[in-house]
Amino acid sequence: MATTGLFLISFLIVHCGLNATIFLNDGGAAFNEGAEFMGTNPIIRTMEIVLFAGLLLHIVDGLRLWLDNKKKRPVAYAVVDGAANSKWYSRSMGLLGTLLLLFLIIHLKHFWYFSRLTNDLTEAHTLYNEMQIVFESPIVVIIYVLGCISLGYHLLHGFQSAFQSLGWNHPKYAPTIKSIGAIYAVVISATFASMPIAFYFHLIH
Amino acid sequence: MEGHLNLTLKIWRQKNTQTAGKFETYQVSGISTDMSFLEMIDVLNNRLIEEGDDPVAFDHDCREGICGMCSMYINGRPHGPNRGVTTCQLHMRSFKDGETITVEPWRASAFPVIKDLVVNRSAFDRIIAAGGFISVNTGNAQDANNLPINKDNADDAFAAAACIGCGACVAACKNASAMLFTSAKISQLALLPQGQIEAATRAQAMVAQMDEEGFGACSNTGACEAECPKGISIENIARMNREYFSATFSSK
Ligand code: HEM
Ligand code: FES
Repeated sequence: MATTGLFLISFLIVHCGLNATIFLNDGGAAFNEGAEFMGTNPIIRTMEIVLFAGLLLHIVDGLRLWLDNKKKRPVAYAVVDGAANSKWYSRSMGLLGTLLLLFLIIHLKHFWYFSRLTNDLTEAHTLYNEMQIVFESPIVVIIYVLGCISLGYHLLHGFQSAFQSLGWNHPKYAPTIKSIGAIYAVVISATFASMPIAFYFHLIH
Repeated sequence: MEGHLNLTLKIWRQKNTQTAGKFETYQVSGISTDMSFLEMIDVLNNRLIEEGDDPVAFDHDCREGICGMCSMYINGRPHGPNRGVTTCQLHMRSFKDGETITVEPWRASAFPVIKDLVVNRSAFDRIIAAGGFISVNTGNAQDANNLPINKDNADDAFAAAACIGCGACVAACKNASAMLFTSAKISQLALLPQGQIEAATRAQAMVAQMDEEGFGACSNTGACEAECPKGISIENIARMNREYFSATFSSK
């Protein structure tokens, strides 16, 4: 759980950084160049397989853990004051993860399917153009923003939780890890969310 | 200043492990704000006995917060609304006149209800028996000064040893996980020189027993630490994970 989670966290840095080049306002030139590299470089293509394996492992592991843990309290409490002792998102990782999974299916259909499994990707119709088209729909934009919010909360707990799971809880470093986790969660999810919004309102060109 | 409360109690009543339980509602009046929560239940029980009813069964022994027997889940929290206290140390001044208080047993498949609010916590004993011991030579005890111990380690071991094994961590955890308890019992030995002889196998043996008893897995919500009457830190869980990983690598 923790190792696959941290692996996915490292992937998101690359993914978010590359996509943020759309804000250069160069008509997607830098972005398309990066996407082209990611789509053709053999090392990156191998990492793509590792990424899918890691994601699958994380999902299977997570859902199994979630279902297993549910069984450990067969008779539920009549009254639970969860807010008194923990954050709601730390208790909702299974739900947030499932929302993320639904979002990822839609997201992969939009862009991964388009660029890897169809022949529609051309000089005249780039991945950047495809983003412009996809994000014309307000419903799609809302789904993406909700997906990013789920991601933000999943990471807000997940980042520091992964370190605790691996046994890295030290009074000297734990506060720093928590702060970095919070900054990471907010910056990554806000940057991703701003992309469909920017396309929809034509704030970038 | 002493006041008096009239309260509505919704208490879980269950004949034995095999039968299903249900909530019964009781009214109690003239409860002194200086009473402990257990004394308030005593008042109710005296009345039930006089009326020829079955008194509410609940665990208790020391009534001063050291034995870990009392175990009530009050208004959605183990040991009630206050931090750092057991149910026996919870005073009725923490409640308002006219309030409805819901009282449930610890709920976990590893803690089956014996009767009403009494649950079977012998799973904890079996976890300790699996590895919570040290090897010592027979004969005279050696001079304590022969064993230099780092002050920080001594403090952390002592803080872990403050665990009274009440099970509030399991009751609070959404996964009914016993990681805080088990990690405290491992830490109090792992931090001291006397605990090193079994160090390589202790975490593995105790975690295996913990899983076998049917406790859930930790997802780091931190609810256990927040509700622990003895303030046991989840740093102990991280230490247990470290001990467990290194044992997994080094054990035969
Ligand atoms: C795609 C669907 C996903 C699902 C179904 C999912 C599910 C889960 C679940 C159930 C947990 C366990 C949390 C707990 O027990 O409290 C978890 C933990 C975690 N997830 Fe995800 N997740 C998904 C995506 C992601 C992504 C995209 C990332 C990061 C980029 C991520 C990072 C993490 C981290 C760091 C943890 C904490 C691990 C630990 O505490 O040991 N997850 N996830
Ligand atoms: S009765 Fe001993 S701790 Fe409450």
